[in-house]
Amino acid sequence: MNKLFESLTVMLGKDPKRPTKEDFTEQAIALHKVQRGDKDRIAHIHAEIAHKKANKIPEKWRRRRWAVLIAANLLFVLSYKLDIQVLEGALTASRFVGFHMADLNSALQVMLAYKQVLINLLIGTVTVLIFWWLLGGRTFCSWVCPYHLLAEWAEILHVKLAEKKLVTDHPFDRRGRTVFWIVFAILAIVTGYTVFETISPTGILSRALIYGPGIAMVWVATLLLFEIFYSRRAWCRYACPIGLTYGLVGATSPLKVTYDLNTCFHEAECQKVCEVPHVLDLVVKGRATDVYLNVGADCTHCGRCVDACPTGSLNLEFKGLGELL
Amino acid sequence: MKNKPRLSRSEKARRQFLRTIGLGVGVVGFSLLGFVPVLGRWSERVRPPGALKEQEFLASCIKCGQCVQVCPVNAINLANLEDGFGIGAPYIDTRAQACDFSCDGLQCVLACPTGALTHEINYSHESDMAIAKVVGEGRCLAVQGKGFKGQVRGPDYTGKLRYDEIDRWNPIPVSEHPYDLELCDLCVRQCPIEIRISQCDAGKPPSGDENQCPPQHAIRLEPVNSDNGTVSMRPVILDGCVGCGVCDMICPVDESVFEMDSSDSRWVSV
Repeated sequence: MNKLFESLTVMLGKDPKRPTKEDFTEQAIALHKVQRGDKDRIAHIHAEIAHKKANKIPEKWRRRRWAVLIAANLLFVLSYKLDIQVLEGALTASRFVGFHMADLNSALQVMLAYKQVLINLLIGTVTVLIFWWLLGGRTFCSWVCPYHLLAEWAEILHVKLAEKKLVTDHPFDRRGRTVFWIVFAILAIVTGYTVFETISPTGILSRALIYGPGIAMVWVATLLLFEIFYSRRAWCRYACPIGLTYGLVGATSPLKVTYDLNTCFHEAECQKVCEVPHVLDLVVKGRATDVYLNVGADCTHCGRCVDACPTGSLNLEFKGLGELL
Repeated sequence: MKNKPRLSRSEKARRQFLRTIGLGVGVVGFSLLGFVPVLGRWSERVRPPGALKEQEFLASCIKCGQCVQVCPVNAINLANLEDGFGIGAPYIDTRAQACDFSCDGLQCVLACPTGALTHEINYSHESDMAIAKVVGEGRCLAVQGKGFKGQVRGPDYTGKLRYDEIDRWNPIPVSEHPYDLELCDLCVRQCPIEIRISQCDAGKPPSGDENQCPPQHAIRLEPVNSDNGTVSMRPVILDGCVGCGVCDMICPVDESVFEMDSSDSRWVSV
């Protein structure tokens, strides 16, 4: 329960807490001690990382993920354009072979603005809620959201430019996203309009793909330029309330990135590629309180850390219910 | 490149805090600009059948476009950012493509997942999208006593209508259906409500369903008294008008004689 609480507060913007002595299990303490001495192993891992850098291996999970993301969005487009009617609507709300589905954040905005519980919308919301609870909440972000894909491409550019010292990353306070979530909820209630929908790049892009682009694409382009030149992955990291909504849903999900202290040698290669590096705070030397740990709720299960890890200490796993809490 | 002085930890934190405030003000401020078109009523749109009153409509619409996808004549468009909070909400540009109720069963209403298009209505005559207004009587061919021959709106016009006598199930481009009329009566002739009324009068209600019969007429041509003895008529909008906009769409003069007024229409949620 403490771990769940910690995972939620870190997602809401708290810095990961440094564990105190009492938090560690005996096995974890023993492992931390042993690892410090194993010079050969460390040298070996360094060689492996250097080898990986020299010979770029395609990222397995990223390939799968992009394929799924493109397929999901294409299914929306083709359902309309070719009239195959499998997935009708847009990401905000749709029918999958006739069954209602509703984006959790859009449905929330509508219900707050309209102040009525709409039965069809509730059916769609509960269906989607169960679906994403099972599959890990923010998994929606990295496996379905079309803005995520564009933002990843913008990130590749940002990282290249940063390596050449042409741009610097300007991080924001992560608590900002929680504030955004609350502000947009209040705005929906007070104004009676779905204010966030106006600027949601997820909704804008989904509709642009299906029904054709409009002037709102300028806003999406502005966000991408901001991320390339000023702040890496800014929207998904510090702003998007959709991410937080799904994060809350997935906090107790059986799908987790799992960590194994036995094999980890704290190279932090995973944190370098992570969209939400605070969830990987446990890989820092001396932080892991137990041998096997789950990565926190803000994780989007994109799997980049799994591919980046030189020792196979991180994995995407579907866990039994008993292990969840 | 000159060396920048290293920032202290507290200075870094201070700058990050200020940046975050800036981002917050920027993003929330930008989103609130969406109020401008709504308050300024820039976007007084004709919305699909069953649409609730504008404020309730924009609140309850989830901006998914399922109504767009089911419309057989593609009458429904989605607004973009120029509509502010109305982004992604459906509207009908009647002059480009009106709602001719080709689907019979109000498919957009059935498709709507939130009831922003109220599920309270079942028949075309129950919808209340707008009311047509005669704004350019001087331009009207019937008023001038003129007929109409040829393609309405020219060969390049892509708008579609369903012509029951040609194909009950598939609307065809208006350009493929030329007319030859001694006195132009297109607005009455093509009015979906008037078509239904004449079908019902002939004992053949749409789909054999008496409920499809509209109780009131929507438009008729009235004779105009003229001194020189020429026959001329003028269009008059009646209480049965539901604002579908077919008269606006089919009006063959360069600038339509009609305008759709949605300000006093629409549904209140129950």
